[in-house]
Amino acid sequence: MPELFTRWFAARGWMPRAHQLDMLEAARAARSALLIAPTGGGKTLAGFLPSLIDLYENPRKGLHTLYISPLKALAVDIARNLEAPIAEMELDIRVETRTGDTPANRRARQRETPPNILLTTPESLTLLLSLPDADKMFGGLHTIVVDEAHALAGTKRGDQLSLCLSRLSVLAPGSRRVGLSATVNHPEALCAWLSPTARAEDVTLIRAEPGAPPVIGVLLPQGRLPWGGHMGIASAPEIMERIAASRVTIVFVNTRAQAELIFAALWKLNEDALPIGLHHGSLTIEQRRKVEAAMADGRLRGVVATSSLDLGIDWGGVDQVIQVAAPKGVSRLLQRVGRANHRMDEASAALLVPANRFEVIECAAAIQSVEAGELDGEPPRPGGLDVLAQHILAMACHAPFLPDDLYAEIIRAGAYADLSRRDFDDTLRFVEDGGYALASYERYRKLFRDSEGFVHVRGTAVTRQLRLNLGTIVEAPLLKVKLRGGPMLGEVEEWFISTLTAGDCFMFAGQILRYEGMSGVTAEVTRGGEGDPRVPAYAGSRMPLSTHLAERVRGILSDPAHWELLPESVREWLEMQTFRSELPSATGLLVETFPRGGRWFLVAYCFEGRLAHQTLGMLATRRMERLGWGPLGFVATDYVLSIWSAFEPSDPDALFTEDLLGEELEEWIADSSMLRRTFRSIATIAGLIEKNHPSVEKSRKQMSVNSDLIYNVLRRHEPDHILLRATRAEAAFGLTDVRRLATLLARSKGHIRHRRLDHVSPLAVPALIEIGHEWVSGNAEDAVLAEAIALVDEATEGAQAFTGNLSISDAVEERPRPAGAARPRRSRFIRHAPKGTVR
Amino acid sequence: MIGAPLHLGGERIMLCPSGVAIWPAAHTLIVADLHFEKGSSFAARGMHVPPYDTRETMIRLAFALRRHAPRRLLVLGDALHDDRAMSRMASADLASLRRLLSTLEVIWVAGNHDPSPQTELPGISVPEWREGRLHFRHIGGVSPLARHEAEFSGHYHPKATVPTRIGGITRPCFLATGQRLVLPAFGAFTGGLDVQDPAMSAFARGAQRVFLLGRERLHSASFEALRQPRAPIGSSEPRSA
Repeated sequence: MPELFTRWFAARGWMPRAHQLDMLEAARAARSALLIAPTGGGKTLAGFLPSLIDLYENPRKGLHTLYISPLKALAVDIARNLEAPIAEMELDIRVETRTGDTPANRRARQRETPPNILLTTPESLTLLLSLPDADKMFGGLHTIVVDEAHALAGTKRGDQLSLCLSRLSVLAPGSRRVGLSATVNHPEALCAWLSPTARAEDVTLIRAEPGAPPVIGVLLPQGRLPWGGHMGIASAPEIMERIAASRVTIVFVNTRAQAELIFAALWKLNEDALPIGLHHGSLTIEQRRKVEAAMADGRLRGVVATSSLDLGIDWGGVDQVIQVAAPKGVSRLLQRVGRANHRMDEASAALLVPANRFEVIECAAAIQSVEAGELDGEPPRPGGLDVLAQHILAMACHAPFLPDDLYAEIIRAGAYADLSRRDFDDTLRFVEDGGYALASYERYRKLFRDSEGFVHVRGTAVTRQLRLNLGTIVEAPLLKVKLRGGPMLGEVEEWFISTLTAGDCFMFAGQILRYEGMSGVTAEVTRGGEGDPRVPAYAGSRMPLSTHLAERVRGILSDPAHWELLPESVREWLEMQTFRSELPSATGLLVETFPRGGRWFLVAYCFEGRLAHQTLGMLATRRMERLGWGPLGFVATDYVLSIWSAFEPSDPDALFTEDLLGEELEEWIADSSMLRRTFRSIATIAGLIEKNHPSVEKSRKQMSVNSDLIYNVLRRHEPDHILLRATRAEAAFGLTDVRRLATLLARSKGHIRHRRLDHVSPLAVPALIEIGHEWVSGNAEDAVLAEAIALVDEATEGAQAFTGNLSISDAVEERPRPAGAARPRRSRFIRHAPKGTVR
Repeated sequence: MIGAPLHLGGERIMLCPSGVAIWPAAHTLIVADLHFEKGSSFAARGMHVPPYDTRETMIRLAFALRRHAPRRLLVLGDALHDDRAMSRMASADLASLRRLLSTLEVIWVAGNHDPSPQTELPGISVPEWREGRLHFRHIGGVSPLARHEAEFSGHYHPKATVPTRIGGITRPCFLATGQRLVLPAFGAFTGGLDVQDPAMSAFARGAQRVFLLGRERLHSASFEALRQPRAPIGSSEPRSA
């Protein structure tokens, strides 16, 4: 290290850490490197140090280092952090950020005279690479730093970045890559993802010393432990006490709705008016920045946050992390715990607040897991063809290319190493003219080929369209929420607003709001409002219980030796279960059946996560129908699957067999809402339909084609189209849950314990409390629809029932009521959820 | 499939879950908003959506025609997505469409997307159609009706969302008032407009009812059922952060 740098370290009272020196060595050897370090390990400095030294030793103009982060805010924050060493060592280095928020004049200047270090996001990088002069801007690039690589690899943004990295290696053959990552389960796979050759051995893996192990405790509510629920509201008084007893606390929750509820519950108890903020992804950026700034300045004592605060900015002041409701995965838990006490050598302190009895066991399992150093998380999946389609078009916008060259470049990208030539060619054809067997779009091509085989983009309209739709984040249709005569508060799902009528109130952005009506494309609200407020829910999936944690939960349950970890009320609950039925074993499958309220219940203790249980529930009910057991509905939790039926499910062995997955799975998956959602996002990213711009007027929205309609038509007329192949491939990876099911069914073969009981067992109670939350696939939608309408008719005592005439005020001549009028046939379609049976 | 009977202008009308209306006494099948070649109109603007919508719409129409065996087909406007649609239609599709219509008496009511008369398809083109007490137009809800008259129209592509325990379920629907019936759009790529949208307030007078299209049957619902807030499940079981 040059003397200037050694002195700088010394002046700060620091010693260069081993991994920082290792990173320097890798740089000297011109090797790409992946640094795995816990939070607070001086990771960022380790990433930039080689660049700062090189620029000090060989000062030069032009872009030297490109830094890419998944968060805009992080790029801005890192730029600020770099200012200190640069100013203190008086280095002649220009650092700038470039994100979607960068003003146009600065963007233009950056293209003219690029800074030495540019900090950006994957989206902005793609845009830069699509410009005709990208080769000039990036030609002299020396180092590319990818921050939070673990959070990017395996996501669509990661796919996009992977392709961009490959392009950068073509534009700047001498450049090397540096990845910065939190501790991951699959470091080799992450090396391969980062590698310029897609081979792990071309990246030097550097591990920092692990930090002090975190200290994680469990916080239980006073009084009885709740049987059900996921919100953890019962523990609000205890959480409040802890906030009051610490300097700065982050209260992490699992969902945005939970954030709103916990925030409201805390403020109800906040007698000393401690400054407590709220932070989640639906709030406006300004609001979030305000909370972050207040946090950084130490003006807040607590903030209730979702995963929106999992990554990013370093707040030294946080001394306590509270996780409300079970963490669901160990890696996420560690990431969150690491937000406290951002110094490596001091232990982070965290508290887990289980929301119900099962979660108490899950929290104990999570703590065991952390102590054992286990991590969860899958290796990054291969890149998606939708992102590839977008990239191909972006590259054509940059300059004409030869398909052979582009293919060679793309399979050097870690995420696309296994891309077949067929898939590449089909994706290219899709970008050209849709790639349909019925080749009727020749006239409307986006790309054309010249006589030498170069692929060109056709016209500037295509380029414009690409820039408008660039990016891989596809949101559900959202509406802005605005305070009447005040600021924007954030966004909620369009559907939620459509269920409101003026005067209804709901909880959002930490306050109770009264819905006033739509004003153009924003929902107008005022403060206050009466009645029971509703809480907006958001699409997307809650994280299911990870495989590792599930295993540990089973382990704890089945072996009373582990019960000392558990509070007394939970131990009593489990003892009662032993007495009334039996405990699920570590490897087998316990199935209980019992009658209740005129129907039969079947509860299977699978512990494979909610998503897997939903799939299993759908498949099992279909088979039950064939077996003549008359299934009526089911509910899936992270721990159990519970099905209720008209007749006794006499033989669970006949139900949970391995062929359950083969039979109808394909058909069921193809029709599931999951696949439709996947297709929508793929069609949007691939450029088949336009991105949902929240500002776009309704009239323009109606000009688009709904992706579900496209999906239906394409499935029927060209089932092997590249976009459907991409959809199935992505779904297959999304369906890790199906693999979990396969393992479960194989494991429990011959080990199914069937207990026929007279009453509900203690362990089954939480599942029965959840009834009413069940979930249905496309096929069952009609039944649910009929049920909902019948319920209204029932509630209005048939006043709304329809007899064929609508002649209240219009006085059409009366006719006798025809036979077989369309009164809903209740008996066939109603499926009463046995609500409140146990409460 | 189970239809729903409805009385309009003293006539008995059957609504079919496929989205067409049948006037049995006149052996007539009524359909609205076919929007042929909507897909290719997007392709012309750089969105290469599948070119199979015309084919798919035709298959569905053929199915309805086979099922109800009418002598006459009444199309309530917007049969074509735009005035260049015929020039974009694949020749095979055009041939099957002509074959499909060859045995029928066809009445093409003009729509805002296809105001000019049909020249390449069999049948007669009219700005609107009247028969006895029944009026057939593309855009309804505008002209006043006499006491015993009734009106059939399309244009709005009505759809409705019913709140249920698994969230809102949205389907295309028929919208009926005492004297007026708005048909759902029949085209494979046609989206919808919520029946509670202010744009459809012309139909807000008097009793209203929607008939949501289902797989095997129609789901008849009052407006009350559309407004009923969902049980507060959303508050206890949100889906994501």
